Amino acid sequence: MIPQSFEYHAPRTVAEASSLLARLGSDGKILAGGHSLVPMMKLRLAAPKHIVDIGRIAELAHIREEDGTIQIGALATHFNIESSPLLKDRCPLLVETAREIGDVQVRNRGTIGGSLAHADPAADWPAAILALGGEILAVSARGERRIPARDFFLDVMTSALEFDEILTAIRVPALPARGGDAYLKLHHPASGFAVVGVAARVLLNAQGAVQEAAVGITGVAPKAYRATGVEAALRGKSPSARHIEAAASHAADGIEVNSDLYASADYRRHLAAIYTRRALERAAERAAAS
Amino acid sequence: MATPLLGQRVKRKEDPRLIQGRGHYVDDIQLPGMLHMAFTRSLHAHARIGSIRVAAAKAAPGVVAVYTGQDIQGQLGWVPCAAGIEGLKVPRHSCLAIDKVCYVGEPVAAVVAASGYAARDAADLIEVDYEPLPAVVNPEKALAKESPVIHEELGDNVAFVAKLAGGDCASLEADKTLKVIKARFINQRLAPVSMETRGVVANYSPGEDLLTVWSSTQVPHILKTQLAIMNSLDEARCRVIAPEVGGGFGSKLNVYGEEGMACLASRRLGRPVKWIEGRRENLQATIHGRDQINELEVYVRPDGKVVGLKCSIIADLGAYHQLLTPAIPTLTALMILGCYNIPNVFVQTTGVFTNKMATDAYRGAGRPEATYIIERVMDLVAHELNMDPVDVRMKNFPSPDDFPLALPTGVTYDTANYQRSLKKVLKAAGYSRLRKEQERLRKKGKYLGIGLSTYVEICAMGPSSRMPAGGWEFGEVRIDPTGKVTVLSGTSPHGQGEETSFAQIVADGLGIPYDDVTVYHGDTFQVPMGIGTFGSRTTAVGGTAIYQAMGRLKKKMARIAAHQLGVKPGELVFRDRRIETEDGQKSIGFAEVVAEAIFAKQLPPGIDPGLHEHSVFEPSNYTFPFGAHVAVVEVDGETGEIRLRNYYAVDDCGRVLNPMLVDGQIHGGVAQAVGQALWEELVYDENGQLITGSLMDYAVPKAHQFCWFETQNTETRTPVNPLGVKGVGEAGTIGATPAVVNAVVDALKPFGVRHIDMPLKPEKIWRILKQGVRN
Repeated sequence: MIPQSFEYHAPRTVAEASSLLARLGSDGKILAGGHSLVPMMKLRLAAPKHIVDIGRIAELAHIREEDGTIQIGALATHFNIESSPLLKDRCPLLVETAREIGDVQVRNRGTIGGSLAHADPAADWPAAILALGGEILAVSARGERRIPARDFFLDVMTSALEFDEILTAIRVPALPARGGDAYLKLHHPASGFAVVGVAARVLLNAQGAVQEAAVGITGVAPKAYRATGVEAALRGKSPSARHIEAAASHAADGIEVNSDLYASADYRRHLAAIYTRRALERAAERAAAS
Repeated sequence: MATPLLGQRVKRKEDPRLIQGRGHYVDDIQLPGMLHMAFTRSLHAHARIGSIRVAAAKAAPGVVAVYTGQDIQGQLGWVPCAAGIEGLKVPRHSCLAIDKVCYVGEPVAAVVAASGYAARDAADLIEVDYEPLPAVVNPEKALAKESPVIHEELGDNVAFVAKLAGGDCASLEADKTLKVIKARFINQRLAPVSMETRGVVANYSPGEDLLTVWSSTQVPHILKTQLAIMNSLDEARCRVIAPEVGGGFGSKLNVYGEEGMACLASRRLGRPVKWIEGRRENLQATIHGRDQINELEVYVRPDGKVVGLKCSIIADLGAYHQLLTPAIPTLTALMILGCYNIPNVFVQTTGVFTNKMATDAYRGAGRPEATYIIERVMDLVAHELNMDPVDVRMKNFPSPDDFPLALPTGVTYDTANYQRSLKKVLKAAGYSRLRKEQERLRKKGKYLGIGLSTYVEICAMGPSSRMPAGGWEFGEVRIDPTGKVTVLSGTSPHGQGEETSFAQIVADGLGIPYDDVTVYHGDTFQVPMGIGTFGSRTTAVGGTAIYQAMGRLKKKMARIAAHQLGVKPGELVFRDRRIETEDGQKSIGFAEVVAEAIFAKQLPPGIDPGLHEHSVFEPSNYTFPFGAHVAVVEVDGETGEIRLRNYYAVDDCGRVLNPMLVDGQIHGGVAQAVGQALWEELVYDENGQLITGSLMDYAVPKAHQFCWFETQNTETRTPVNPLGVKGVGEAGTIGATPAVVNAVVDALKPFGVRHIDMPLKPEKIWRILKQGVRN
């Protein structure tokens, strides 16, 4: 449980961090809350030569709303999100997701930016950010770009970020009128990660039918994904138990499903459908009540 | 604080330092010139060792020494095994592997360096040429003729076969009126996972010719003797100190190769050497627990009376014996009848070598397995005869008047009233109401399960005749000139709270404030002799030794006081810092008597100066705590997830000295037991790789997974010791596992489920539900 030696850097601004990363290339690794990277270093599964600790960059710790879009700085901790009155009101899915992450200690130190950049296939945030159709802001010495969530997760522990890019913020739309959302998760009893985690957002039209449904699923496949089959099946339908169940049965359509010691691919596929149904039911209920 | 203190929820003396982060553990020890050790461990479950290339490690920055098995051969004794079983095969167990490795994680080389980081980096530079051999990880396969043999010199993989018979099981086979129930249970392999991993600092001081060892151990005196033998030192030249120990659960009731290596390195280098175990090492190379396969035949009368039980135990011992490895499954055989006086019993225990880490004592140590077997059996009997599990148990309990009760297994239970604890827990749980709720919910397709466990365990270990290194315990009480009291114990508590209960015993007995009593343990130079803390023995055996030493001290003080007061010693009582006659007419201050005893101005003839007395208590028998637990679970009919909804426990550990400490032991014990039932499992793949090698995969129980436990006690005192205490350190772990499994099986009764092996992972349940729906 002793990491290999490394050089430590603690830049104070995004610009300073970007130039450091540009110089270090693939030898550099960003440290935020340290709750994904540090365990891997202690197990010597990761051995970066240079650690760029962005934890002191104050500008990255904000949570704010601008014109119906919520922007969350990369350094916002899970607890910051869980306890944010703004998010509770304007984007409750994030609050509900944050609550399901790890334990109190992890939520107190771990950050949303760190978790997304790590791209763990069983992390919670990817499901929520996908369901919300969010985008990810990445800054490097070359400039800033915005990466849509659906293009961000590439494979197991692999995101669209380049070595020299810093994930600076996440932008998601606030909860619109006649909208409801929910995050439901089966926790792995050891790691607390998602065996399956489903984030759903449902928008109803004036007639009470589903105008738009969005479902992000984590824990099931090598990367979190949007369950487009489910979404298509529900669009335009009334959010009845029957319609939701039929739609949820497509939760893992065309997906290469993970299998491990705790849950086989068959079981996960089954769980994906059940949890999708339950998350959609809850989201639809909330949408109807809003 | 009101007196008497005994029986009160007195706050723990340990807690102010522990909850403020001031505990002083092995890793807190810093000595001038201290070096750090790291191990290179086997990546193979079974392989011959070719050459070991250490040049790069030796040349690495900060490295002082590198050792391999060849370097220490003949210089350091074998890792000891103390289990005495007839015909036991004991493989040679070197602190570092010599020719061959037999499990993943076996130490192959040790690096000593200026820092822990340098040692770890250098240990990773050591290259070992392995010639892999076929591994055997399944104990039933290890018994097959064609299996690879792990220790060729021992002929096969059978370490021992032990038989235990009472009554006449053979005669039952001909009795056609009896129902025969067969079953096969697997008791999975577990990791103890103490919060503090193992750790040791060895400091050989050449000038003093003294080896001082700080180790995170439950048994400092046993460790001292064994390290002295391994290092060819006189015991007088070896001092072992157990500083604050952050949990053990049996895993530190041992002597490990790493401890031997720290001593050897310090002796060779003349400098202190520290080794702190990492969590991955802890899961790989600290002893494991359980790992048995049980095949059963149960003979039952149509009315539910069980008259015979036959059991084959296949115990997976792992590759080598640690201190008590082979003895653990023999405790299962001894306690297999549980709370039931079944007249005919036959148990065959086969200890088997496999290419895995050694199993050994893990909280409960053999008794959780026994309880699991017999309590699952009672539910199977209920299932087969369509009886209520309560009725089956009541039918088979001995009467409270039957005690002391000699069982055909050869043990004699001291005292019990099993009916009373069962009735009490049923009342607490609202059993008949729960059954009605279950019925109602089943009609709605919801699955509530109610599980019982009525257990008895064997503890307060124990009579020396039954223990490998003696079963007595040492206690000393001394009073200093200021009137403050120092208590020494040969036990070595590591979280249980006996600094508190021992102080309660002494403060009450001497009639002095609790804060005036300081309890010391864990240092072989402070405490001349001792056995240690395990087998729920610390209060029952160690507390009694202190109680007896205090009794001797009181006699002496009473004689001195009587001399001063002009009364007979027998007329005096100790209360409120005074020694006085019952009516208080003749009275002298406690401090005055202390001063007189120590300054010795007017001692009565025949009384030596000083106030220190010791006692060694030898128990005449074990004690047998018992209890009844009810678990209530909800099973999600769609996903197979299990939620523990309610937990009720009625435990009888004899006299309760501090209900808060008893509750703490029960709560923690139940949590670990539920962990085994639902989550925990060490899994090796067929090549002997440990695939649950981190806490990301190995699921220790966490607080948020539990409901509140409703705990109560009954008090049935034991005559085995004058305090009347039985012991409670393992009761929760022993009693609770079958309650949870019985509850889940009960929930799934509509699906015809008879048994499910642990851990009860949701996928297993889902598969059963799915099949049931198809049927």
